[in-house]
Amino acid sequence: MKAVLPVSVVIAAIVVLWYGAAVWMNAAWVRDQAARAGETPGFAQIVPQTLNQERPVLPAPHQVVSELWKGVAGQAVTSKRSLVYHGWITLSATLLGFVIGTGAGILLAIGIVHNRAMDLSVMPWAIASQTIPILAIAPMIIVVLNSVGVTGLVPKAIISAYLSFFPVVVGMVKGLRAPDAMQLDLLRTYGASQRQTFAKLRMPASVPYLFASLKVGVAAALVGAVVGELPTGAVAGLGARLLSGSYYGQTVQIWAALFAAALLAASLVALIGLAERLTLRRMGMGR
Amino acid sequence: MKDTARLAEPAIEARSLGLTFQTADGPVHALRDVTLTIGRGDFVSFIGPSGCGKTTFLRSVAALEHPTEGSLTVNGMAPDAARLARAFGYVFQAAGLYPWRTIAGNIRLPLEIMGFSRAEQDERVARVLELVELGGFGTKFPWQLSGGMQQRASIARALAFDADILLMDEPFGALDEIVRDRLNEELLNLWSRTGKTIGFVTHSIPEAVYLSTRIVVMSPRPGRITDVIDSPLPRERPLDIRDTPEFLAVSQRVRDGLRAGHSYDV
Ligand SMILES: Nc1ncnc2c1ncn2[C@@H]1O[C@H](COP(=O)(O)OP(=O)(O)O)[C@@H](O)[C@H]1O
Ligand SMILES: [Mg+2]
Repeated sequence: MKAVLPVSVVIAAIVVLWYGAAVWMNAAWVRDQAARAGETPGFAQIVPQTLNQERPVLPAPHQVVSELWKGVAGQAVTSKRSLVYHGWITLSATLLGFVIGTGAGILLAIGIVHNRAMDLSVMPWAIASQTIPILAIAPMIIVVLNSVGVTGLVPKAIISAYLSFFPVVVGMVKGLRAPDAMQLDLLRTYGASQRQTFAKLRMPASVPYLFASLKVGVAAALVGAVVGELPTGAVAGLGARLLSGSYYGQTVQIWAALFAAALLAASLVALIGLAERLTLRRMGMGR
Repeated sequence: MKDTARLAEPAIEARSLGLTFQTADGPVHALRDVTLTIGRGDFVSFIGPSGCGKTTFLRSVAALEHPTEGSLTVNGMAPDAARLARAFGYVFQAAGLYPWRTIAGNIRLPLEIMGFSRAEQDERVARVLELVELGGFGTKFPWQLSGGMQQRASIARALAFDADILLMDEPFGALDEIVRDRLNEELLNLWSRTGKTIGFVTHSIPEAVYLSTRIVVMSPRPGRITDVIDSPLPRERPLDIRDTPEFLAVSQRVRDGLRAGHSYDV
């Protein structure tokens, strides 16, 4: 609760700066219009006109908020204009991709920790996979999958998985290797099998690392889903809203979609944070 | 008949034991020509400057290292076989309790791995908790306990599966003097009640003399034994035994042994 004051100060500062920037960036258009009409408006006349344009260079905060509100509450959720509808399309691909990516990441990490050949071979590929810009590879994945008849949710989920498996691999490898030599030696004196060492020591020790990775991973998965909606000329999803917004110069729509995506990501991360706290408390590690 | 044979058999027997680590900087002779017999029920301390192979010896007994020369038996078996027979429990300097398990859960760990039934686990956990005076702390998590209590829990964990040899590598090294005195007293108590054989590594001369029936003095490069002292002190030892002439005499002999070992270096 002590955080309320500093947080609201920061938010207020951002809003003020944003309004300032909106006035400054949108003023050119107002002056243009006025010049065409042979007028030279003063500052007081320019300002109101910069904040309510149809296609501003930078929409003002209240425009974005009202567009968001219209998109969320002002439509039936099944409407093509509803942000809930588009958000759900993106969310479902995000979640599917996140589950696939997390599963793959955990399995790879288990392999890497237990098998020297995998340790040497998989990690460089995993790192290499992340150095390829997702914008370059996403269209290829979509097109290839489309050509074999896989369309809709799955190709987007695969791009999500592609982005989200990496933080999970890295975090889980670190987590599964977190137990020190002494703890491993102790289990050796009990004659513990590799399976028992995994179940009783490595896995529980990796839980805090897993949650840290999941937070990064779920945000990455959302980015993947949005990017996956761009190349198809997308008809639905937050990515599609971004794309159609930019086709028609609907900057307010673009910004509303961006904020919707950001809010979605923040909620997903917050949910994982909640699961983290509950799990660690249950394990006796939450303090 | 079989039982008397077992009684006569030493708990740990090392003959001309040697262990050389091959490192990037060449071979390190962690142990050379170590010959030592530890009888059943003995309390044997290993003392010497760091790097003299105390840990390496204890780890060899526990089959965590494999000697390169000589022979080593534990309860008449090779160390690997002795481990399978649950001959020893090992206590490290750090308690190493799992933060996600309660104290009882931590003590249960070896029992789960060894496949004891749930009922037997409960019974044993309760028994060893009493033994280390932690009855009532079973449901606490490790962070709720002091360092000394955590180390007691780790001793309980080593006792839970009824190994008759307890190997302890500087178990109280990280604790303060007062806690240490108390735990030393408790450990002697536990030893006399259970009749375990204890191998105990320490840096402290008073600790070694206070606890042990035999003191093994070691020196480094190569790690070897320079003196083995059979303590003349009675098995029953109140803390103030440390002010008796016998105690001081043994301490002096240990000190001399350590100094003699050092003179090789200079
Ligand atoms: N795994 C290892 N690899 C290489 N050298 C080691 C290893 N373990 C111990 N040593 C070396 O063996 C010697 C004895 O070590 P140690 O038994 O730990 O001594 P102490 O416990 O008496 O301090 C030291 O010189 C140490 O550096
Ligand atoms: Mg040591």
